[in-house]
Amino acid sequence: MPRPELQAPPEIFYNDTEARKYTTSSRIIEIQAKISERALELLNIPNDGVPRLLLDIGCGSGLSGETLSENEHHWIGFDISQSMLDVALEREVEGDLLLADMGQGLGLRPGVIDGAISISAIQWLCYADKSSHEPMARLKAFFGSLYRCLTRGARAVLQLYSENMNQSEMIMKAAMRAGFAGGVVVDFPHSTKARKAYLVLTCGPSSTQTSLPKGKGEDGETCSDDDESDDDDEQTVGIYDRHRPAKRSKITKKGKGKAWVLKKKNQMRNKGYTVPPDTKYTARKRKNHF
Amino acid sequence: MRLLTHNMLSCNIKGVKNGYPLRLEAEKWTEKEVDFNAKFLRGIFPKIDWPALVGSARSFGFNDLLPDEAPDSSLLASDDDLLRRFHHALLEIHVEEGGLVCPETGRRFPINKGIPNLLLHEDEV
Repeated sequence: MPRPELQAPPEIFYNDTEARKYTTSSRIIEIQAKISERALELLNIPNDGVPRLLLDIGCGSGLSGETLSENEHHWIGFDISQSMLDVALEREVEGDLLLADMGQGLGLRPGVIDGAISISAIQWLCYADKSSHEPMARLKAFFGSLYRCLTRGARAVLQLYSENMNQSEMIMKAAMRAGFAGGVVVDFPHSTKARKAYLVLTCGPSSTQTSLPKGKGEDGETCSDDDESDDDDEQTVGIYDRHRPAKRSKITKKGKGKAWVLKKKNQMRNKGYTVPPDTKYTARKRKNHF
Repeated sequence: MRLLTHNMLSCNIKGVKNGYPLRLEAEKWTEKEVDFNAKFLRGIFPKIDWPALVGSARSFGFNDLLPDEAPDSSLLASDDDLLRRFHHALLEIHVEEGGLVCPETGRRFPINKGIPNLLLHEDEV
């Protein structure tokens, strides 16, 4: 399916039916919850039990806000789609919702917000959906206003799906121009599906605080396979046909050997799958019981 | 929308200098109970624009809820009653229908079902 960004502007694309999907699809809910938990973790809020005032930019139906509420933070959500906000109202989210366009800048007082998260929203700024839209100007307005409203040392964690390198470069450049320090943290870089890019930005002068946290799964660490295997529609069913000539297997009598198995396991591990550990039993032939 | 959010919002129209505070025109509002958390209130207190908060609380008829002058933060630590009233004004008043009016341009942002519509027209960006 083509990317939603290429189909229609966000306020049109997220209509009632599309917004409804966000409340009914358990898969989307689970993935969104996971991403927002990770984003909150990257925000690096001091663990002192004091609830903060956070922003959720592109809050949609409030799935990500729920994670913030669970951690007892207060939040203000921005979204451009009325349908999504209607769903959020139905779900009785705890944060306040605002119908606004982030490309027009966030109308907030300076220095009042303790942190901002954004889940899969920033990439929309790269598309010009109206003749008056100019991506660079919209990015500038967004990051400029975000920088102003954050307190010194506060972080903004923006998860994004950029279409290509140019886009992420453009976004990064706009953020740096606004005065942010920081960079991109990529979780599970070797996996196509579990790969998630987070822009971690710190407001104010760079210090030890601004050093980037490490992405998950960079050094062979595996992610749970839940979100890998939950695409039911992609599973295929094998059909057994006794008349079909048996496939000439390439495997010789001795098998492919331990080196081959280890290599394959390593490949799968790099992709982010859960793979059993290598032991002395790996690639050993079973006993012949008959 | 709670008064906490109203206290943070300012007018975003291009060229507006004094876009704060947005005048609150509440047609319908409700009070909802919210868990009291003293730590949050003390943390957020320095960031609150006190005159704006008092002004918007007055517009709901809460004339004596908050003192005119911003209290000292040490008073906030000791005076539990004041903290409760601060909590009530900040988090428990929800504006359902109405509008926000920019003090400089007079532009009205409508509030529907508790959601302010802050979308700007093309000539305001």
